[in-house]
Amino acid sequence: MLVLGIETSCDETAAAVVADGFVLRSNVIASQVALHRRFGGVVPELASRKHIERLLPVIDEALETAGLNIAQIEGLAVTRGPGLVGALTVGVAAAKAIAVARELPFVGVNHIEGHIYAAFLSEPDVAFPVLALIVSGAHADLIVMRDHGDYEILGRSRDDAAGEAFDKVARAMGLGYPGGPEIDRLGKEGNPRGVPLPLPMAGESWEFSFSGVKTAALRALRGHEGDTAFLRDLAASLQRVIVEVLVRKTLGAAAVVRPKTMVVAGGVAANSRLRREMEQACAAAKLRLVIPPPILCTDNGGMIAAAGWRRLTAGERSPLNLAAESDLSLE
Amino acid sequence: MTGSRDPGVAASRSLMIRTSSPQQTEALGTALGALLRAGDVVALSGELGAGKTIFTRGIAEGAGATGHIASPTFTFIREYHGPVTMFHADLYRIDAPAQLDDLGLEEVLEAGGIVVIEWAEKARALLPPEYLWAELRFTKQDDAREIEFMPRGPRYAELVRQLALGSR
Repeated sequence: MLVLGIETSCDETAAAVVADGFVLRSNVIASQVALHRRFGGVVPELASRKHIERLLPVIDEALETAGLNIAQIEGLAVTRGPGLVGALTVGVAAAKAIAVARELPFVGVNHIEGHIYAAFLSEPDVAFPVLALIVSGAHADLIVMRDHGDYEILGRSRDDAAGEAFDKVARAMGLGYPGGPEIDRLGKEGNPRGVPLPLPMAGESWEFSFSGVKTAALRALRGHEGDTAFLRDLAASLQRVIVEVLVRKTLGAAAVVRPKTMVVAGGVAANSRLRREMEQACAAAKLRLVIPPPILCTDNGGMIAAAGWRRLTAGERSPLNLAAESDLSLE
Repeated sequence: MTGSRDPGVAASRSLMIRTSSPQQTEALGTALGALLRAGDVVALSGELGAGKTIFTRGIAEGAGATGHIASPTFTFIREYHGPVTMFHADLYRIDAPAQLDDLGLEEVLEAGGIVVIEWAEKARALLPPEYLWAELRFTKQDDAREIEFMPRGPRYAELVRQLALGSR
């Protein structure tokens, strides 16, 4: 089955074609990062307008790259939440229109579920139970997936998401947006213990909390703005504590859940320190780890098509009055 | 009282409370949340890291909201359900008034729930005539904060009076 996946939850306009759930035939992403950079983040109205302009050309390109025309597509999957409601609505409306016009089955997919399915695209034999850490500008979620469609959220951030803490501190440091890659780059030259920061543990639970370490980093920054050596150390130190808590909690949960596969995905999964430390920790604990390549960790249509294919082949259909939901729950 | 950036509230009595930890800031929010009712608007102001989100988390708990409470920086507005629906808005990334148009903040303010707005100074023009303004400030101690409540209108003056009684 050839599934067209559409993703417009935030600042990437994306479409992809996936064959039989695992074979990525095309994966086109039009990023709005340059557009939103000057605002230090996504501006909802601008994002919606850009999605409207770009989505149909992006879909055309996804079909063309796959060597297909729309008549050959057999199903549609679209992100229906969580995300910015105006941005999501553009994708949902497009998917419905195509579904009606072509008489195709269509299904709405949870964005976080999509991030987990990126792992199935890179390694189709992912075994259950899966313990997934989804980290991005909007999320820090620790999830057990016992089977397709069966999710339990073990922990989330009780305040700032992991990428959000990077973005906010990066903005105060005068770095660009998004902050994570900038901090990753700058931190490579710094001392990860150069600036003392608290480990954001939020107790022994599996909940994350990045607000305290953000505040501590902002406090440390005062009086050092423009001091390049200090900024390097601050970037390295912030990255160290955030990565350490992500790895510790994920491995702590793994000791209880005993997953067959560990998955780390979402935009922050592109962070070099997180990848390295998670690989080391999983190797030491003899756990199989799947971190999809960066192109599948960022928001993309391929992961949505992969998750949608699973639902469509199980017979699931969404009604044509399906609405975007900014707080859509995974459970 | 000094530091009021809202001349309209100067006439009402303001209240200053000092908290010495994030937990106390959250508990103060809970005390406030327990006093809130449908239609109340709380406008929060304070620098990044001052504790606005944790204070709002307390408000949501005090108001009986259920579900996941977290920073709405990404989606701008979160909605919590409980005895009264609570809307939690965060305008951190707004830097031009025109950007407010698409957020639906006006609809939220008219929806009849409890509304808490972080970075409220960015939406001053949209605020109703009466509301509770609260400013969170850093102190010389890392975890301590000063929180100044500035009521605008009789409903909020009464709210602040009750909060003062409760925090004695």
